Amino acid sequence: MKPRTLYEKLWDSHVVADLGGADAAGGEALLYIDRHIVHEVSSPQSFVALRARGRRLRRPETHLAVADHAIPTRQRGTIDDPLAASQIAELEANVREFAVPYAALDGPEQGIVHVIGPETGFTLPGTTIVCGDSHTTTHGAFGALAFGIGASEQSTVMAAQALRQTRARTMKVELVGTRHPLVFAKDIALALIARIGANGAVGHAVEYAGPAVSAMAMAERMTLCNMTIEAGSRIGLVAPDETTYAFIRGRRLAPQGELFARACAYWDTLRSDPGAAYDRHVTIDLAEIEPQVSWGTSPNQTLPVSARVPDPAQITEPSQRREAEKALAYMGLTPGAPLLGTPVSHVFIGSCTNGRIEDLRAAAAIALGRKVAPGVRAIVVPGSMATRAAAEREGLDRILIEAGFEWRFSGCSMCVAMNDDRLSPQDRCASTSNRNFEGRQGAGGRTHLMSPAMAAAAAIAGHIADAREYVA
Amino acid sequence: MTSLTPFTTVTGHAAAMPEENIDTDIIFPARFLLLTARDGLGRHAFHDRRYHPDGTEVAGYVLNAEPFRAPAVIVAGANFGSGSSREQAVWALQGLGVRAVIAPALGEIFHNNCLRNGIVPIILPPATVAAMLEAAAAGAPFTVDLEGQTVTAGKADPVPFAIAPERRLALLNGWDETDLVLARFEGAIAAFEAGQRRIQPWLYPEDTTA
Ligand code: SF4
Repeated sequence: MKPRTLYEKLWDSHVVADLGGADAAGGEALLYIDRHIVHEVSSPQSFVALRARGRRLRRPETHLAVADHAIPTRQRGTIDDPLAASQIAELEANVREFAVPYAALDGPEQGIVHVIGPETGFTLPGTTIVCGDSHTTTHGAFGALAFGIGASEQSTVMAAQALRQTRARTMKVELVGTRHPLVFAKDIALALIARIGANGAVGHAVEYAGPAVSAMAMAERMTLCNMTIEAGSRIGLVAPDETTYAFIRGRRLAPQGELFARACAYWDTLRSDPGAAYDRHVTIDLAEIEPQVSWGTSPNQTLPVSARVPDPAQITEPSQRREAEKALAYMGLTPGAPLLGTPVSHVFIGSCTNGRIEDLRAAAAIALGRKVAPGVRAIVVPGSMATRAAAEREGLDRILIEAGFEWRFSGCSMCVAMNDDRLSPQDRCASTSNRNFEGRQGAGGRTHLMSPAMAAAAAIAGHIADAREYVA
Repeated sequence: MTSLTPFTTVTGHAAAMPEENIDTDIIFPARFLLLTARDGLGRHAFHDRRYHPDGTEVAGYVLNAEPFRAPAVIVAGANFGSGSSREQAVWALQGLGVRAVIAPALGEIFHNNCLRNGIVPIILPPATVAAMLEAAAAGAPFTVDLEGQTVTAGKADPVPFAIAPERRLALLNGWDETDLVLARFEGAIAAFEAGQRRIQPWLYPEDTTA
């Protein structure tokens, strides 16, 4: 048998019906869907569609619902925005009517969809996982074929447990070399996107490999896969290994006992075969990567922190020049000015990209014994209530609160301008989230993407700073 | 099994958006996602480009001038529809009257969402799109012929485009995808489950909790 990549194995093992050329890139198949995560914002219309046709869920136990996007994170219990309150009430009515397992808003398992899937053991290697959310790529860190879909597709998954999909080409991103301790998966992801472009991986399933990936904890693998959509790819993958199994073992929804051993034996087969061919290769030498900061309105508009704001006059390619001019006008930056020292008014540490315990530790390590600069509003929003509890057990909350950060309940918060954490026009935010799009954090708001350590350093300094200068 | 408006041929004006990375946050800003309806979203399409914060129109924006207020087609730079998976972006375009989107590359989830809502996603080489952007801006009428798989801008020659055969059929007939999958493949899905249950029983929690 021809050697296959991990993506090809996952694809082949889920083909219910070949709809034309399913054994090659560009072909279509009906794929079986093992798991579906549901949140309050993208699902109302899916349930409406089910109800309109009198359909039920084919397998209710394969879904997991949670409210994360629209909810406040300042408190639990009350929701001031009537639209958000009614959206959450609608989700709760839907999960009751359709018997969908639900992580209650005031319960211990609530959190961001892409944080609680792995934390509960819902996310497993070798599965297909969908969610009405583009950052579903995150779950690929477990060797799952995980991708974002739209509300209509969600409704098909609920009723049929299957979905028509187009087979992707494959791209291998190899991470080699040794990195600086203050260079994180976030920096690597941003540097990759800056190099290949915001649509650099369209049509491809990206597999991250190499010694640096094997050495990464699950949190960093998740950050890498999470950001893959920002390079245009719906699928990021890391082959499962002992690190993966150790993470999964004992989680509530994971296979237990003898079944866990059987599962690990199966998961061991989910590695790209030696000699498997990829359509594209990219190699990144981590020794060359500095902490990164985005300067524009697309994640590929990113530079090392020591760089200067680009000067559009020196960009020869016309469309790139126009994009840079537009971005700089929106961002209110001066061509040629150093990124270091750019004042920020807000700092957001959280999101499905960087809201895990490792991220909070990195931020706390910078914040320890220091103070948030006057005039800066800095918030820390754990990715889940379980993460929040773990951080509190370690005392991270006290370090951050003493430094002047707000310590929040979990949710998407300022990653997306649809709850009560929003930027006002011209606010400038150092953010650990994934998108610096126009208006993403609030109409007219200006976002600089970076790692949690860099965001914490910006909070302390009051401007964009180099986290490497904040370690003893 | 018909539920969408069948698509045959559409003719109308095309709005030119010669810009890359017009993401779904631009097409449909997040704050409107709190609305749970899917009708009536057209008025929020490109909201922060179309309107000043006080609600008045931004003069000079393409959708604020005749004959582009309700375009049948959008021609855009690469990576249109990238970013968030929100299907509201497509429903909002639908609300404007858009039936086809042309670009050198499209966000992939957006691409699928278009197909599910009777909007034809058309990917063409950058040079072809550049010519179409000019024609659109000049007010040339566009015709999208799905039957013949061509798009014609003004007096230019028809340009062929690719679309998966089954998707084309579904659009031409206005079929509902869920109906189609259930009608054709319910048996195959059950057979798949029987096989998977043997190899990966841990994926069937209902077997032990029931
Ligand atoms: S944290 Fe941000 S990117 Fe992640 S699911 Fe929430 S809104 Fe989406």
